[in-house]
Amino acid sequence: MPKVTVDGVEIEVPAGATVLQACELAGKEIPRFCYHERLSIAGNCRMCLVEVKPGPPKPQASCALPATDGQDIRTDSQMVKTAREGVMEFLLINHPLDCPICDQGGECDLQDQAVAYGRGGSRYDMNKRAVTEKYMGPLIKTVMTRCIHCTRCVRFSEEIAGVDEIGALYRGEDMQITTYLEQAAEHELSANVIDLCPVGALTSRPYAFEARPWELRKTLSIDVSDAVGANITLQSKGREVMRALPRINDDVNEEWLSDKGRFMVDGLGKRRLDKVFLRKKGGLKPATWEEAFAAVAKAKPGKAIAAIAGDMVDCETMFAAKALLKACGSGLLEGRQTGMDYDVSNLAAVAFNSTFAGIETADAVLIVGSHIRWEAPLVNVRLRKAVKRGAKVYIIGPRWDPTYPATFLGEDLSVLSKLPKDLVDAFKGAERPAIIMGGAALAKGALGAGLAAAEKLKVVRDGWNGFNVLHFSAARMGGLMLGYAQKGGMADIAAAKPKVVLSLGADEMDFEPFADALKVYIGHHGDKGAHAADIVLPAASFAEKDGTYVNTEGRVQFAEKAVFAPGDAREDWTILRALADALGVSVGFDSYAELQAAMIAEVPSLGEEGLADLGALPKADSKAKAEGAISAYPIKDFYLTNPIARASAVMQQCSAELLHGEELKEAAE
Amino acid sequence: MLADRDRIFTNLYGFQDWGLKAAQARGDWDDTKALIARGQDAIIEEVKASGLRGRGGAGFPTGLKWSFMPKESRDGRPSFLVINADESEPGSCKDREIIRHDPHKLIEGALVAGFAMRARAAYIYIRGEYIREAETLQKAIDEAYAAGLIGKNASKSGYDFDVFMHRGAGAYICGEETAMIESLEGKKGQPRLKPPFPAGAGLYGCPTTVNNVESIAVVPTILRRGAAWFSSFGRENNKGTKLFQISGHVEKPCVVEEAMSIPFRELIEKHCGGIAGGWDNLLAVIPGGSSVPLVPAAQIMDAPMDFDGLKDVGSGLGTAAVIVMDKSTDIVRAISRISYFYKHESCGQCTPCREGTGWMWRMMERLRTGDAAIEEIDMLQQVTKQVEGHTICALGDAAAWPIQGLIKHFRPELERRIHEHNAQFAPEYGVAAE
Repeated sequence: MPKVTVDGVEIEVPAGATVLQACELAGKEIPRFCYHERLSIAGNCRMCLVEVKPGPPKPQASCALPATDGQDIRTDSQMVKTAREGVMEFLLINHPLDCPICDQGGECDLQDQAVAYGRGGSRYDMNKRAVTEKYMGPLIKTVMTRCIHCTRCVRFSEEIAGVDEIGALYRGEDMQITTYLEQAAEHELSANVIDLCPVGALTSRPYAFEARPWELRKTLSIDVSDAVGANITLQSKGREVMRALPRINDDVNEEWLSDKGRFMVDGLGKRRLDKVFLRKKGGLKPATWEEAFAAVAKAKPGKAIAAIAGDMVDCETMFAAKALLKACGSGLLEGRQTGMDYDVSNLAAVAFNSTFAGIETADAVLIVGSHIRWEAPLVNVRLRKAVKRGAKVYIIGPRWDPTYPATFLGEDLSVLSKLPKDLVDAFKGAERPAIIMGGAALAKGALGAGLAAAEKLKVVRDGWNGFNVLHFSAARMGGLMLGYAQKGGMADIAAAKPKVVLSLGADEMDFEPFADALKVYIGHHGDKGAHAADIVLPAASFAEKDGTYVNTEGRVQFAEKAVFAPGDAREDWTILRALADALGVSVGFDSYAELQAAMIAEVPSLGEEGLADLGALPKADSKAKAEGAISAYPIKDFYLTNPIARASAVMQQCSAELLHGEELKEAAE
Repeated sequence: MLADRDRIFTNLYGFQDWGLKAAQARGDWDDTKALIARGQDAIIEEVKASGLRGRGGAGFPTGLKWSFMPKESRDGRPSFLVINADESEPGSCKDREIIRHDPHKLIEGALVAGFAMRARAAYIYIRGEYIREAETLQKAIDEAYAAGLIGKNASKSGYDFDVFMHRGAGAYICGEETAMIESLEGKKGQPRLKPPFPAGAGLYGCPTTVNNVESIAVVPTILRRGAAWFSSFGRENNKGTKLFQISGHVEKPCVVEEAMSIPFRELIEKHCGGIAGGWDNLLAVIPGGSSVPLVPAAQIMDAPMDFDGLKDVGSGLGTAAVIVMDKSTDIVRAISRISYFYKHESCGQCTPCREGTGWMWRMMERLRTGDAAIEEIDMLQQVTKQVEGHTICALGDAAAWPIQGLIKHFRPELERRIHEHNAQFAPEYGVAAE
């Protein structure tokens, strides 16, 4: 632990810290542009210069200088002040200073630091450099004249995303940041460079000229586009969510967010269900709440009522529906819409036990049937880190590009029971081995075989549980905790022939087996579920209600309401509460607080934010075998996995341009 | 004047063949095995004793540099020797003469130096524009391999050593040692942050020493003739012989090997036939390649041409590329052109150099015509100070120094131009009255 002196105050800093970190520990603000905690050190902006003794009689870049014992660091000397003013002046001579028309205005590092550390005026009165427009795809808007060449975006795409999409051309003053041949940035996390860019060179294209940061109300929320549960801030103006930005949470998303989670929010205002609809003579006609409730009551479901949870519903909605069904005497609950049927008697066997932060430290990983880059891009980032630290990765399933070296073991699941020798050796030598089971494996009934393999490979050790199931629906873990899983899955629900089926935003399910039932869709988007429904009750999306979500790790997180639902739409639990009255049963709660209290009483871990204790893994059935080949992964189109994304113009454009661009080009020829 | 028998580069002018046979006749590859048999430490000690300082410009003691290399590899990483033949400094043309006329001196030096620093291989990074030179060098390397002088059991010494030639793509910045390493690795040639220094983590993360062509090429001769012989030339701390490259307004521009510390006047008189138009016609001299400040005539005339002697007159020896300018020179334009060079060659990685070199060049262009204000001279001086010492590598300093030299020594000239230019636009007081 070296001791250094910062501006006359002696402090002890952790070994391996840089001078910049030492200054921060001492409470000194060090201006910087290129330095970023999660990227490699570039040391090129020269803004973080400080005076360090002993050392050469010139200012040193504090971001790159290791703190060593006995250093005398000055951040307040004349030399440092002049150096900062000098660098700031250089940065500004070729910067357009078009702040009034720049989208970064108000959240611009250059703006803030120019005020704090600049000279207040420029002595450069010659022509400024202009850089031609660059195209970086439908998400990233570029004004490269504003670029200060900090190379954060280059380092992000190289180091975090793992694709060489962004780089620098030419040299000196003529250096330009661009994508290769100006192709669109295609990585699922590409838009994080917008947050990283300290100036207005890379800004959000869909959000261009929509709002200023100080006009926006910020609400803490959770991303529901996948089961990672990335922490986000929903920023809204009036009744509209303008954008979603990631929040820092080292356990979950670090400070990244997938492009889908970030840009599907424009779908919140499109294709919305804002009226009650009743199916009359084959078509959906607007109706009143009373008519709708009367229609449900007329069906007299009695015990024959089922509830299917969609991929994005919160725990409270699911609990309210469960309470309603219980009052009716039914237990027909299911959330695995696509018909998956795996054993959920032990929740630890279907959770991501290593945790996301933990999987980073794994040294041998077997992925079974998961296209992680699409099912959970932020987990793929963690795996990439693990590989950089030396982890070996094996994948069973069709090929995909993981952005790191991995061995594909073929598509046949039977490999699980006769694992190749080099995999067994790698796991034998590993200290923290891990298995990740994906949706494609669960659908093939490979969970038991996975558990057996986990036992054979000894992935559970002292202080380490390496058995992981990676879901990709935000509602899944919460649903499983609330009992939204029938033995037999959807097939059993259908076999029970319910008279009324409540679809809680379930858009991926097959409505065919329920042709005779009265289908009540409680959801927010006019998607597949609403098309099939007999009664449509407009409800709130994740942005329009408070709610609890559990991610695939079993991490309980709370999202807040950012805006009001449009039109007649109501928060889901109020609809279910009213439905209880219509059906003449009592659910035992009249307010949201009472609902939550009842839910927490039933599943206590939902009341506490953080990792739920799911217990230990069950004893594996060593005879369990997996058979069949994984022909494809469940996600066919990364950008269009849920009704909000499908309604989003941005996501549709991404899908068309980034995933199907080649086909479109060919069709045009 | 250096006697012919004391010259290291005996085929500097290409009067003889460069090939292996001719080189051997000149004494190269003469019992190299015996040189290697002296052992690593003995070689480094001999080079240290010879007082050889790096010939690439910075003048760091070569033997000392080698001694920073690890004595043994603790983690299996090999060590590398990288030879800097990316000679791009305006005015410098010594490595080129060595490579095209005496390549075997370099290759033998690479083996001996590589052995001394326990390197697995040497990479010779040659400037992209040196097309014929690269061809010659590659042929020489092939000859040496064919003769068993390098490669497995090099020169029958029992030491395995490879020499590779890598051609650059024409960027000045790749002559900076860490940028050269980046470029060798196939990346964009941009200098790395130091620490870590190349001796700790250089090429492919392995311990690496980067040396100039001349520093390496003189080593076998130093070992053969002894440190005492080499250090008998030049003043204390500035020992040995050196290739001087004299260009500009002298009667006979040339590259010549001379003893260090030779007075400027003697160097010019003996080898270049004097200044064009006589000594009174001398305006200024850039004594070490474009990156060092110029020295006005009066100060340079009797200065000793070595590291310390030129430092005393506010400049440096650099690569000993002596650019002589007589009074017909537009000195402001000359420095402005140098500024343009640095603006063109800045890698663009760090802010002060990327933005500052362009600013300085544009300012210089205005000063050239006098289209400026007097205060702007001081501003330019401040801008050079804002660049100097604030950058990752020394290119920022190299861009700042020539301008600082100009302002220091020729400020009256700059002011004269400004006054002259602005006078054209001054109102004629008589006109208003009419």
